[in-house]
Amino acid sequence: MSLDKATVAKIAHLARIKVPDDELDHLAGELSQILTFVEQLGEVDTQDVPPMTSVAAQTLRRRKDEVTDGGYRDAVLSNGPETAEGFYVVPKVVE
Amino acid sequence: MTGLTHLTMAAALDGLAKKEFTAVELTEAHVKAVETIRPLNAFITETPEQALAMAKASDARRAKGEAGPMEGLPIAVKDLFCTKGVPTTAASHILDGFKPEYESTVTSNLWRDGAVMLGKVNLDEFAMGSANITSHHGNVISPWSPGEVGNWSRQLVPGGSSGGSAAAVAARAALGATGTDTGGSIRQPAAFTGIVGIKPTYGRCSRWGVVAFASSLDQAGPMTRTVEDAAIMLRSMCGFDPKDSTSVDMAVPDFRAALTGDIRGLKVGIPKEYRVEGMPAEIAAIWDQGIEWLKQAGAEPVEISLPHTKYALATYYIVAPAEASSNLARYDGLRYGLRVEGASLKDMYENTRGAGFGKEVRRRILIGTYVLSAGYYDAYYNKARQVRTRIKWDFDEAFKTCDVILTPTAPSTAFAIGEKMDDPIQMYLNDVFTVPASLAGLPGMSVPAGVGSDGLPLGLQLLGRPFDEETILRVGQVIEKAAAVTATPPFMA
Repeated sequence: MSLDKATVAKIAHLARIKVPDDELDHLAGELSQILTFVEQLGEVDTQDVPPMTSVAAQTLRRRKDEVTDGGYRDAVLSNGPETAEGFYVVPKVVE
Repeated sequence: MTGLTHLTMAAALDGLAKKEFTAVELTEAHVKAVETIRPLNAFITETPEQALAMAKASDARRAKGEAGPMEGLPIAVKDLFCTKGVPTTAASHILDGFKPEYESTVTSNLWRDGAVMLGKVNLDEFAMGSANITSHHGNVISPWSPGEVGNWSRQLVPGGSSGGSAAAVAARAALGATGTDTGGSIRQPAAFTGIVGIKPTYGRCSRWGVVAFASSLDQAGPMTRTVEDAAIMLRSMCGFDPKDSTSVDMAVPDFRAALTGDIRGLKVGIPKEYRVEGMPAEIAAIWDQGIEWLKQAGAEPVEISLPHTKYALATYYIVAPAEASSNLARYDGLRYGLRVEGASLKDMYENTRGAGFGKEVRRRILIGTYVLSAGYYDAYYNKARQVRTRIKWDFDEAFKTCDVILTPTAPSTAFAIGEKMDDPIQMYLNDVFTVPASLAGLPGMSVPAGVGSDGLPLGLQLLGRPFDEETILRVGQVIEKAAAVTATPPFMA
């Protein structure tokens, strides 16, 4: 599998990571190499094999749907790079 | 009292109980040791004041007869565990300035049992790497590096991703350290630095408060200088936690009590597929030696087959990046860490993440994004999950005829910084023996077994049935005693 520059730029955009143009070629080479490496999985017969969802033989626990904790607004916001009046501040999204 | 930093945890507990020294004295010696080993760049954040305060509190508890199972033992914490009020970086630029408002369950358990925190240790960025060369806070140098300190003739890697943990413990700056293992990140650095590292069964240690890499694989575990110490520390780290949905509600055994030395009649599986092409002669030799030691102790080696071994790495390099790409989506420049402004919200996301993630992390997020994208999900991600099932079935089948599996931990001794760096696949091959058990969720441990022709440590790996850490610890101690490795790193505190 070989990825071209345009595909890498598209993936980077999907992942919301800015990649400088001059790095796209090199990155395309590296990613193609990894994808070629993983293609060997095609050799494995996986007919009727269930995809693994959990290594532990257990079903997920359920808990009561009730509030047990909370009230930490300031603690939650304390690590925000930009906050104001109890909110995170984001760049303007509405014209 | 430099002798204090060379004690095992078990001996330190004895000394504390007999009042030969106090937790404060033990901690002071370690705080000094942490300073001494600064040239290794093992610590990202040193917390000497907190350490001494914790030690003082520990002495007070002991005086009241309330000593916990790890009372007064100074340890290092991989900087992937959230620690309240202490910067937690995951060795990434993107977590700059992040100070958790809460404490991870594993570290809470350790403090509950009396352990003392010396600081936060370096790692590969987001635990992605096998050499501790992807950290935003610089490379960790192995204390085994030859030559003059700071002017080494070869700068060896400590392995990764728990490289700071491994270096700190091997260099006698901490009695033990927490590690995390996603594909070998505890076991491989333990092997490279001549210490013990155990990745317990998936579900044993809570993942709550541990910065996530690949959630279906991540497990915390102890890194120590002896098997007995690993048993002591593992017991404190484990335990059911309702805050982690994959935490298993099972009693935690007294792992130390399992160290009976009696392995008579035990069937030790030797997987024929692990004799990989091009395996260095000394790796094959130490493996054969390990088989011989276990035979002499009354165990019975049996050949087993794990036919899908050769597909484990490829499976891992789809599953782990896929999970990473979704876990790391949380770094958005809004809630914590780095923020790089942009003209729009989307620009701000892209600028922040472009500047905040290092090259290896970026590579893995992109691979993960690609294999999860529409049109490729089935061909890559679902296929990998199916192969993962077959790898797990291989182990299920093998454990019908054996009780424990013995393999080498890593395909070589430690390499130098600068080697194996151009080709990501070459670097990934470091984990060829450790990844399969991660994919199957099995407990695994690396034990020092000797040194190679270059004088560097070699480790053997033991894999067990789910939740049977006791057997691998018991067998591990038999190897440790038979090997009786006396070599120590040239640079120690």
